[in-house]
Amino acid sequence: MTIDSDNAPASAETSPRRAFRQGMVAGLPFSIVVVPFGMVFGVIATEAGLNLAETMGFSILVIAGASQLAAVQLMVENAPTVVVVLTALAVNLRMAMYSAALAPHLGAAPVWQRGLIAYLMVDQAYTIAHLRYETGPPMTMGARVAYYFGVVTPICPLWYLATLFGAIAGTALPPGLPIDVAVPIAFLAMIAPMLRTLAHVSAAFISVAGALAFAFVPYNLGLLLAAALAMAAGAWVELWTKRRRGKARP
Amino acid sequence: MNYGSFEIWAIILLIGIGTLVLRYSFLGIIGSRALPEWVLRHLRYTPVAVIPGLMAPLIFFPPVTDGETDPGRLAVAAAALGAGVVTRSPIWAIVAGLAVAVLLSLTNGLAMPG
Repeated sequence: MTIDSDNAPASAETSPRRAFRQGMVAGLPFSIVVVPFGMVFGVIATEAGLNLAETMGFSILVIAGASQLAAVQLMVENAPTVVVVLTALAVNLRMAMYSAALAPHLGAAPVWQRGLIAYLMVDQAYTIAHLRYETGPPMTMGARVAYYFGVVTPICPLWYLATLFGAIAGTALPPGLPIDVAVPIAFLAMIAPMLRTLAHVSAAFISVAGALAFAFVPYNLGLLLAAALAMAAGAWVELWTKRRRGKARP
Repeated sequence: MNYGSFEIWAIILLIGIGTLVLRYSFLGIIGSRALPEWVLRHLRYTPVAVIPGLMAPLIFFPPVTDGETDPGRLAVAAAALGAGVVTRSPIWAIVAGLAVAVLLSLTNGLAMPG
């Protein structure tokens, strides 16, 4: 499970080459999901007025679709630069949780590998790799890193390509199309599958109610205010649900 | 959008660097201690806390109609949300939302820009 498995006999372990292949197989079905989001971001960013370099800059330097769409949406509303950056980073706060969850499994890798792992830490990479490390047979450090890179190999390049395709398609689309509907569809597609517990639904509800109620707050700060309340609501309902089931931790 | 090229690149770079810092945070510290449970409990809800609030005004008061509620756009959102919740799949949410959007566009059920 942890770095101890480095000392296990090599014969019982998955080779890095094999781990990489297994990772690719696990990541492949998820790469399909990335394509529509990348295309939507490319189209929306282009329609919003970003040029090709800026659109690709987002997808290559940030690689986090929800925060990119959030940033572009706030830029369309001409929110202050600081608010755009803070809101996008608020969307990405969950990455710190991914980082903490992966640290026991990948924390002993060389610095350059950890840097690359961090850069490529998309939702799917965390979900797939963490599940494999926690539930699969133990792997060596090298195999764990190879598995992770295998998972992101079909996903991340497709993210860049889909953005590029969307950005080029965006400039070719005739004017007068109701392209604006793609933004809520993309956001809903990200969020709807997450609404699996009462806590998630509560957080989403408070987020919506808060954002509408705080719409008067200047500089688009109402959204961040609503998000803070919604996070607290989610955490509180989770605790409440656990206590009700008698599973609360001391 | 009223940003100059410098501001746009500043936004992209700051979000990029900030996101990388978040992603590297715990991975960078070897033998890192586990995050306190209450912190994890809050971080778990960041996407559902930010994104619904961000998209709600777009759905209820779309800029295309100058903020007037459009039943067509509500139907599109309901289809995407419903399909996503039922199937647990983002793909089906997109398919359902797009299908309703195309259907409504063709039958003049969707407010058009301009």
